[in-house]
Amino acid sequence: MQVNIRYFALMREQAGRSGETLETTARTPADLYAELTGRYGFTLGEEQLKVAINSEFADWSQPLAAGDAVVFLPPVAGG
Amino acid sequence: MRFRFTQAPIDTAGARRELLDPGAGGFASFEGWVRDFNEGQQVTRLEYEAFEELAVAEGDRIVAEALARFPIKHALCIHRIGTLGLGDMAVWVAASSAHRGEAFDACRFIIDEVKHRVPIWKKEHYRNGDSGWVNCERCATAPRHAHTHA
Repeated sequence: MQVNIRYFALMREQAGRSGETLETTARTPADLYAELTGRYGFTLGEEQLKVAINSEFADWSQPLAAGDAVVFLPPVAGG
Repeated sequence: MRFRFTQAPIDTAGARRELLDPGAGGFASFEGWVRDFNEGQQVTRLEYEAFEELAVAEGDRIVAEALARFPIKHALCIHRIGTLGLGDMAVWVAASSAHRGEAFDACRFIIDEVKHRVPIWKKEHYRNGDSGWVNCERCATAPRHAHTHA
């Protein structure tokens, strides 16, 4: 299935792009992050990130659906 | 709207008017400014970016929590994104209330929660030409240090 991924901040720099549509067999955000880390060599571990699906915080084990918009959120630093 | 972003300098005078209330006898605000040093490095400018859809939703939730938690009349938080120079205002938080105490308390609550929960990222540029994403670079390198010393 296809999912849409957007990258911000350090993730965007390490992926070298701000987003992409990806054909994947990943069933959860955790699977997807492992796949993407293999491709881009992300330095942050899953335990340092949060994940959002369709613009809401989600669980790493939440099943992905076709067309989902996924964002891996590095540690935040507002203010 | 209780939380919003702006690319332009924050208009505090205009924003303050949004908190006026006949029942408010007190108003408190907090401003976060760009500082010239962090973690021993001399900072020259900052870049802020946000995942805006989620950030506005989470920021709105935080201000709603403040309104439920403290007996305040109104509260608002405005965060700037884009490139900021030294002394620029990055964030403005304010609350109005019948009495002063809860206005101070609400501002403190909102800025603390925003810093921890809202998907905003800050890249610092240093005088020596380096740059780094705050809270990301050290945690990314920490496992390597741990391995080196193992």
